[in-house]
Amino acid sequence: MDILRFITAGSVDDGKSTLIGRLLYDSKNILVDQLDALERSSRNRGDGSVDLALLTDGLRAEREQGITIDVAYKYFSTDKRKFIIADAPGHIQYTRNMITGASNSELIIILVDARNGVVEQTRRHSIIASLLHLPNVVVAINKMDLVDYSQERYTEIIQDYEEVAAALELQNVTYIPISALDGDNIVDASTHMDWYKGKTLLNLLETVEVNRHTDLEHARFPVQLVIRPQTPEFPDYRGYAGKVTSGVFRKGDNIIVYPSGIEGTVKAVEINNKEAEAIFAPQSAVIHLNEDIDISRGDTIAKKDDTLRLGQDIDALVCWMDEKPLTIGKRYLLQHNSKTVPAIVKEIKYRLDVNTLDQQENPGKAGLNEIVAVYIKTASPLAYDAYNDLRSNGGAILIDDTSYVTVGAVLFQ
Amino acid sequence: MSYQLDYLDQLEAESIHIFREVAGQFERPALLFSGGKDSIVLVHLALKAFRPGKFPFPLVHIDTGHNFPEALEFRDKLAKKLGEKLIVRNVGDTIKEKGLTEPKGKFASRNALQTYTLLDTIQEFEFDACIGGARRDEEKARAKERIFSVRDDFGQWDPKMQRPELWNIYNGKIHKGENVRVFPISNWTELDIWNYIKRENIELPSIYFSHEREVLEYQEQLIAVSSFIQLEPQDRIVTKSVRYRTVGDMTCTAAVASEAHTLDDIIHEIIATNTSERGQTRIDDRVSEAAMEDRKKNGYF
Repeated sequence: MDILRFITAGSVDDGKSTLIGRLLYDSKNILVDQLDALERSSRNRGDGSVDLALLTDGLRAEREQGITIDVAYKYFSTDKRKFIIADAPGHIQYTRNMITGASNSELIIILVDARNGVVEQTRRHSIIASLLHLPNVVVAINKMDLVDYSQERYTEIIQDYEEVAAALELQNVTYIPISALDGDNIVDASTHMDWYKGKTLLNLLETVEVNRHTDLEHARFPVQLVIRPQTPEFPDYRGYAGKVTSGVFRKGDNIIVYPSGIEGTVKAVEINNKEAEAIFAPQSAVIHLNEDIDISRGDTIAKKDDTLRLGQDIDALVCWMDEKPLTIGKRYLLQHNSKTVPAIVKEIKYRLDVNTLDQQENPGKAGLNEIVAVYIKTASPLAYDAYNDLRSNGGAILIDDTSYVTVGAVLFQ
Repeated sequence: MSYQLDYLDQLEAESIHIFREVAGQFERPALLFSGGKDSIVLVHLALKAFRPGKFPFPLVHIDTGHNFPEALEFRDKLAKKLGEKLIVRNVGDTIKEKGLTEPKGKFASRNALQTYTLLDTIQEFEFDACIGGARRDEEKARAKERIFSVRDDFGQWDPKMQRPELWNIYNGKIHKGENVRVFPISNWTELDIWNYIKRENIELPSIYFSHEREVLEYQEQLIAVSSFIQLEPQDRIVTKSVRYRTVGDMTCTAAVASEAHTLDDIIHEIIATNTSERGQTRIDDRVSEAAMEDRKKNGYF
């Protein structure tokens, strides 16, 4: 059994919350008292029937306004897999929430209203899926009941979406005709659409391959802390504790420590306080080296390869997440894995229109929810990868130097 | 060799990473330890994150004075066995010092008063991060909370001002006076916790397993008879085989009828149950739909 983390993209009007409610309900992951609470609040709102969407709206303001403000995480499991859903709002003013939810996801469900087909919002969600390099895309064509379960309409939407997918080079795109409200093709196969021979949504989620997207080739190990007990029992123990973000390390491997560039060899690797044959992504582990090298938090232990870059002049895409605009020349903090360094945005090259992918040159600044291509200068060198080469070492955040709020998502280019 | 991780290994790896980020980013962290299963799992994960080194934080218990004796005994034994520092602060003392009003009623719970003692303790030791065992599957407000959750000087949670949390990068930068609540097992469910306890053979206080106990049957819930609750002549007191699914105060935690004597039995029971953990056993969450959200905004865990 493993874990699939996925995000659902769409707005309340597309039936996103209903879809999640339906997945939980039909897979028997909702318990009696939660259902009671649901029935109570549905009654209070005077809607007659049980509103499955209420299951995912956690905050009072959200329930009152019938909207989703923030990313909510939902958990369910079947005997095949544990699922973690990032339920993020879909409107353009919540682009940052969607990017937050997508950053940890391996799959995205993009909801399309069968009546409206591929619209601006569908394109925007697909662009975000492409920017964040999500390895699997499921296009759920919802509200099939409102188009008489028409296969023709379904095929038409697929043809439209294929153009979007091709332009964005999306990988592993799957289409499913559903009705979230009635549960068609969510957990159980629809009785209204005999023409559809594919998997139900749950079945697809249970079987889609995720592990093959773990990169085992490029070994990276950001050091979080040095374990040095200096006790009578462990006088000389010196272990570098961190997470294998990609790749594999084993005893005898030749490694390089970044940013210093000093070379060394692995003396032993440890998992759970025991020596292991190998450590691999995404394990938390300890590495011991044969050489006495000065290593501290923020350094990266890696094996030599062609994709790793070392530098302090960095091109990146930034999704801006703060009310105050991104300002050229202002000092920010950039946090990349376990390393935090001062950074200045030297230049904003262009702004990306998230609805059309058009580039607007030299916008001067970037506002909330905007995506811009920038050139960043950091105070000391970073060992990073391009996001599209290696997701786990290609992302960072920008922190406001005075408010300490997270203000930007950085994708290294 | 296979490079695939089981789901429990994936959860464990994520939690250890979070623990080490706390050690790397904060000067004076603390682990809030209650003696309940979730905080026991936290301690187990901390061992994996830091041994053979010492924990870079003390264990801190905010004792309401209404705890199960079995849980307190377990707490002391565990801290001693590990050789780690344990700090206990009592809600009873805060009530006296600050002249707080003791809650009244049949099941007068000091649960809400814990917040006062917690905030005082944070101030006393200048803790900049408090690690807790809350899980997002427990409750709707928790489902929206970050793994690094920044609180202001009053310990308040502002759900609308939360920092975006991307990839596995946790922003723990704060101003003096603020602190961060850190939840390393955010992504675990109740069943994950039990499966992990079984796999790792983690010892638990005896009250998690079926035992005979005198309980008050009250609105379909079973409340342990103790000096902390007020009994009335018409109350129905019975002796039953029960166990605890969660361990909080004796005044606000209900037992469940159970014959589960082993971890396997418990896991079977949880898979078969149709009621959620908090719904079945927490009297304090029944008060209103936003009970937890409101308590969190006031500085609760």
